[in-house]
Amino acid sequence: MEKTKKIRGAVATVILTIVSILWLYPIVLILFNSLKIESAISTTGVFDLPTSKTWNGIANYIASVTQMDFLKSFWYSLVISVTSVILILLCCSMCAWYIVRVNGLFSKAIYYLCVFSMVVPFQMVMFTLAKTADSLKLNTPYNICIIYLGFGAGLAVFMFTGFVKGIPLEIEEAALIDGCNPLQVYFQILIPILKPTIISTAILELMWVWNDYLLPTLVLDIKKYRTIPMAVQYFRGSFGHVQMGPMMACIMIDIIPIIVVYLVCQKYIIEGVVAGAVKG
Amino acid sequence: MVGKTIKKWWPIFVLPTFAAFLIGFLGPFLWGIYLSFCKFTTVQDVTFIGLSNYSKLLIDKTFSAAFWRTVAFAFLSSILINVFAFMIALVLTKGYKGTNAFRTVFFMPNLIGGIVLGYIWQTVLNGLLSVWGQPLLKLSARNGFIGMLILLMWQQIGYMMIIYVAGLNNVSPDLIEAAQIDGATSRQILFKIKIPMIMPSVTICTFLTLTNGFKMFDQNLSLTGGGPGKDSQLLALNIYDTFYARSGPMWKGIGQAKAVVFFILVVAIALIQLRATSSKEVQQ
Repeated sequence: MEKTKKIRGAVATVILTIVSILWLYPIVLILFNSLKIESAISTTGVFDLPTSKTWNGIANYIASVTQMDFLKSFWYSLVISVTSVILILLCCSMCAWYIVRVNGLFSKAIYYLCVFSMVVPFQMVMFTLAKTADSLKLNTPYNICIIYLGFGAGLAVFMFTGFVKGIPLEIEEAALIDGCNPLQVYFQILIPILKPTIISTAILELMWVWNDYLLPTLVLDIKKYRTIPMAVQYFRGSFGHVQMGPMMACIMIDIIPIIVVYLVCQKYIIEGVVAGAVKG
Repeated sequence: MVGKTIKKWWPIFVLPTFAAFLIGFLGPFLWGIYLSFCKFTTVQDVTFIGLSNYSKLLIDKTFSAAFWRTVAFAFLSSILINVFAFMIALVLTKGYKGTNAFRTVFFMPNLIGGIVLGYIWQTVLNGLLSVWGQPLLKLSARNGFIGMLILLMWQQIGYMMIIYVAGLNNVSPDLIEAAQIDGATSRQILFKIKIPMIMPSVTICTFLTLTNGFKMFDQNLSLTGGGPGKDSQLLALNIYDTFYARSGPMWKGIGQAKAVVFFILVVAIALIQLRATSSKEVQQ
C-alpha cells in the first residue's frame, strides 16, 4: 500500500514536470529567438536553438529599447498603474465603508451599480467614454487615473464592502466617542484592519491596469503617449515590415519585470486571486 | 451612531468615487444606449433614427457570424479551461512533491497581458503550422479559432486552478475519512463529496471563464487580427472594427447598437449561469 502510493507520487511528479516544461516552452522560445540574428528568425526557423552563427547577443534588446522608445512607454505604464491603483484603493475603501455603515437607498444604489458595472463589456462604453475623457481633458497619463477609478470602482467597492461587513461596529464607535473624527477613524483603525484586502485588491487592479490595452489606446493620443501594450501593438500591428528580433526582445522586456514581481510577491498574488474569487 | 457621523462626511467618503463612476462608467453607459438609436459620426452631428440601427444588424452578416462564433468560443473555452484546471487542482492537492513549484508555473501566464500573449502564441503556432504544412493562423479561420482556444487555456487554467485548489483544501478531511470508513471508492469520494462541496468554486470559475470568453478582445486582435478577412472576429473585435475601421456615416450607430446587444447577451448569460450553478451549491 505504502509502496504503490510512493510510485504513484513519483509518476505524478514526472508527468507534472513534463507538463510544466511544456507550459514554459512558449516563453523560453521567445527568449531564444530574441538572442538570434534577424535572418535566423523565420517562421520555420523559430524552433532552432541559437548557435554561434546565429547568436546576436543583446543587440536586439538595445534596438528594441532605442527604436520603440521603450523607457518612455515603461514610464507611462508605471505612472498610470501606480496612480490609478492608489486612487482606486483610497477612494473605493472609503466609499465601501460609507456603503456598509450608512443604510439607505443611495448606498444600495451605488453598491448594485458597482456590481452591475463589473459585467458590462468595455465595448458598450468605449466610444462614449473616449469622448467624455477627451472633453474633460482626462487624456494624459497623469490624469487618466480618474477614468480608471470610475471604470475599476466596481471590483474594488465590491471586495471592500464584503470585508468591511465583517468588522465589528464597536471599535469605530469607541473611537468616535473618544473624539476621533471619521477621517481619523478611517486612517487609524479601518486601514490597518483592511490591510490584507487592500493588498489583494491592489494586485487584482494592478494586473488589470498594467496590461490594459484598449482603454489607453482610445483615450490617450497614441502619437504622444504609448503604454507598453500600446507600444507592442503599435510596432507589431501597424508597421509594414516588422523586425522580428527587436520584437521578440520587446516581448521579453515586457515579461521579465512581471515574472520578477510575481516570483517575489507570489504569496500575495495567489491570496489576492483566492480572496477575489471568494468575495465574488 | 457611526452611520450618522459618516453620513455628514459624504463629500469626502463617497463623492470622489461616485463622481468618477459617473464620468467613467454610468454617463458613457447611458449615453451609449441613447446613441444606439442615433446616426452619428462625431458627437456633434447626432440624429435620432429610432430602431433603424438594430434592424440593420440583422443584415450585417459579419455580426451574426461573430455572434455565433463568440457563443461557441465562450462555451468551449469555459468547459475546457474548467475541466483541465480542476484536474490539475486535484493532482496538486494530493500532497505530491514539488506541488508549489508546479502551481507557480501554471499560474504565470495569467500575469502577461493579452496583446503580448497573442504575439507569443503567434510565433509558436505559426512555427508549428508551417512545420506541419498547414495554413498559418491569419489564413485559416479554423486554425485561428483553435489557436485562440489554446491561448486562452494557457492563460486562464492557472487562475482557475488556484481557485479550485483553495476550494479543495477547504473540504474537511473528516468528511473524506468518514466516507472512506463507510467503504466509499475514490471515484465516489470525488463525485459525491469533493465536487458537491466545491460547487461555489465551480460557480465562480464558470462565471469568470464564460464572461472572459465572451469579452475577449486583446488576444483576438493580436493573435489573428480577425483574419482571414473577418472570419475569426469575435464580437468584441467585430464591434471595434465596426466603430473604427469601417467608413460610412451609418457604421458608428450600428456599432453602438451591436454593443448594446453584446451587453445584453453577456448580462443574460451571466445571470442564467449564476442561477444554474449556484442552485447546485450545498450548505457547508
